[in-house]
Amino acid sequence: MKRSYMIGLALAGALAAGPAGAQGLTGTLKNIKETGTITIGHRDSSIPFSYLDDNQKPIGYAMDICMKIVDAIKKELKLDKLEVKLNPVTSATRIPLMANGTIDLECGSTTNNAERQKQVWFTNTHFLTASRYVSKKSSKIGKIDDLKGKSVVSTAGTTNIKQLTAANAERGLNINIIPAKDHAEAFLMVETDRAVAFVMDDILLSSLVAGSKAPGDYVISKDAFSKPEPYGIMLRKDDTAFKKVVDAATAAIYTGGEGQKIYDKWFTQKIPPKGLNLATPISKELKNEFAKPSDSPDPDSYK
Amino acid sequence: MNYNWNWGIFFQPNPMGTGTYLDMLLSGLWLTIKTALLAWIIALICGSIVGVLRTLPSKTAEWIGFLYVEFFRNMPLLVQLFLWFFVLPELLPRAIGLWLKQLPNAPFWTAAIGVGLFMSARVAVQLAAGISSLPRGQKQAATALGLTTVQTYRYVLLPMAFRIILPPLTSEFLNTVKNTAVAITIGLIELTGQARSMQEFSFQVFEAFTAATLMYLLLNLVVVTAMRFLERRVAIPGYIAGK
Amino acid sequence: MFSSFDFDVIRRSLPYLFYEGMTFTLTLTALSAFGGLVFGTLIALMRLSGYRLLGRVAGLYVDFMRSLPLVLVIFWFYFLVPYIGQWLTGASRPIKVGAFSSSLITFIMFEAAYFSEIMRAGIQSISRGQPAAASALGMTYSQTMRYVVLPQAFRNMLPVLLTQTIVLFQDTSLVYVLSITDFLGAASKVAQRDGRLVEMYLFAAVVYFTISCIASWSVRRLQARISIVR
Repeated sequence: MKRSYMIGLALAGALAAGPAGAQGLTGTLKNIKETGTITIGHRDSSIPFSYLDDNQKPIGYAMDICMKIVDAIKKELKLDKLEVKLNPVTSATRIPLMANGTIDLECGSTTNNAERQKQVWFTNTHFLTASRYVSKKSSKIGKIDDLKGKSVVSTAGTTNIKQLTAANAERGLNINIIPAKDHAEAFLMVETDRAVAFVMDDILLSSLVAGSKAPGDYVISKDAFSKPEPYGIMLRKDDTAFKKVVDAATAAIYTGGEGQKIYDKWFTQKIPPKGLNLATPISKELKNEFAKPSDSPDPDSYK
Repeated sequence: MNYNWNWGIFFQPNPMGTGTYLDMLLSGLWLTIKTALLAWIIALICGSIVGVLRTLPSKTAEWIGFLYVEFFRNMPLLVQLFLWFFVLPELLPRAIGLWLKQLPNAPFWTAAIGVGLFMSARVAVQLAAGISSLPRGQKQAATALGLTTVQTYRYVLLPMAFRIILPPLTSEFLNTVKNTAVAITIGLIELTGQARSMQEFSFQVFEAFTAATLMYLLLNLVVVTAMRFLERRVAIPGYIAGK
Repeated sequence: MFSSFDFDVIRRSLPYLFYEGMTFTLTLTALSAFGGLVFGTLIALMRLSGYRLLGRVAGLYVDFMRSLPLVLVIFWFYFLVPYIGQWLTGASRPIKVGAFSSSLITFIMFEAAYFSEIMRAGIQSISRGQPAAASALGMTYSQTMRYVVLPQAFRNMLPVLLTQTIVLFQDTSLVYVLSITDFLGAASKVAQRDGRLVEMYLFAAVVYFTISCIASWSVRRLQARISIVR
């Protein structure tokens, strides 16, 4: 068939790369060994987890952790050289792209929950955050019920938009929910008065506010749509061998004090591109988790 | 293929509390149809005016028509939607801009107008071609009968031209339907948008997109059948398309 | 009115916009146009081959692709192509394709449907006598196509093919939905990072407009020249 021949041709490049000879390895590890490359999915505007700096290179807290994981994989596979490829993802594309093999690790701000575990796996938690909303002080939105009948934006494909949708249906708020492509776009909708509020994880909201033109104009809600939920770095489902390596790597980083150092670098010091300081010291819960790394999707297990 | 197929997903309740996932897709289909129809009305009205302008003897009118078509044809639809949605309200006086932005259905109106204007340039080109394909004698005969320019267009040229260009207009209407999907970038949750949110909520990527694909095919089929019927009804006797 | 605007943001991001964004857009456009033309010509030949089954399959493919919005097709392929790769190669897991190759495959497959219709019209515009003469000279089917029919069809349809390529150039902006850094993607990333939507989107509009205008003006010139020769 000519059509399949065409696709085959296009894919030939992908296949031709790298010598074989990775006996005993399976799944992602085998793939990395054979091709000598690993593909990392990164975000555009998940500050400070994974975002683009002034030169449009992805940087951030989760990116740093991922680079450590890459080092561990390199050591595990005894490779001299491991090329890291970067693939931009959005909240909406990250899960299908993980499932279909486009990316091997997703380094960003992905909430680890039981529902998602049916599709993908997560390594040890690297952050805990609750779902809240940001609005302009001038619009005087004190509580979730004040959103009634208004336009509210959230990022497509997040747990937050799901929680907002559920709350909307449950409480009969009649909110007009606008899905945005990424966090920056969603925040701009609030900044330009397209929407009165943006529902997102509070840490992302406070970084967006801090980096905005007039941080004093905004307020983050006390009301939360969820308990503090864990963020994890995403891996492909059913790849036990790969998860073992990544889990061991992250556990070593978190228990060895390196996790704390990376945390401090991104949350308590000035970060590029604007020299922002988020001034968010590590929470008690995360500190406990770092001492005893866990990949549990259950918010209640992080007490 | 390590993918969990679940075709029953369509009959499970969606998280919006508006029924099942299938209802969610159907509401998207309905929004696609509504947006496409409104856009098409705008495209026909603006396109006709500009198409006529392009065939008038006046040089100025011809230029205006030319510039209009070039403006809307030489920019990606996506960029045009961004201009209407993000840029325009900022350029207007603050109060008007704010009013525009807080319209309850801003994405819908922006999409309909944006896609409508984009398509109007194509309608204008088709119509101008249709008018100039008519034998010169028709216009001359109309003038000889003492019809004014407006009357000539209203009673002689346009009824003929529109019937001649009906087949290309059908495909332009289908393009309008398809182009409404671009509006997911400004937050319009039409059929493609609903398929995408269904994928995000249920993780059943391929089921969601398959259903949306089938709905687009069906919509296409309905439009094509309806237009064939219309073409036969209004066919001009003596032309190849007529009997 | 423009006093609060910061047009300097454009100057600062120029290298990124053009070096990364526009390079991606133009490469994607050129390769998809080429691939779409080759594949489209094959489809056109299948439709005109006289084998009913082959013609039906090609016809269905064209109708199918032309019924779907490009945005939907882009999503489909981005998620599906690795699985197709796995199925074709018999690999144990999905093949890694990547953003660029995936968009390239998408646009080739999608545009082929449109190019094939143009090529079909081009092939049909050639008088029956020519292939008849070719076969009288003892040429095989593929020789007739290669040396007689296709070069003329291509030449006659060149302006239409180029116009379709301009449409393709504009359509590549839709990879924006996948957060890929094409020209518009680059502009929107800068716009969102610096909160400068107005400046960046206006600039993107001007750039697309200028390029498309110059291109379509050149096509018109070419068309005028070709029609004189004929």
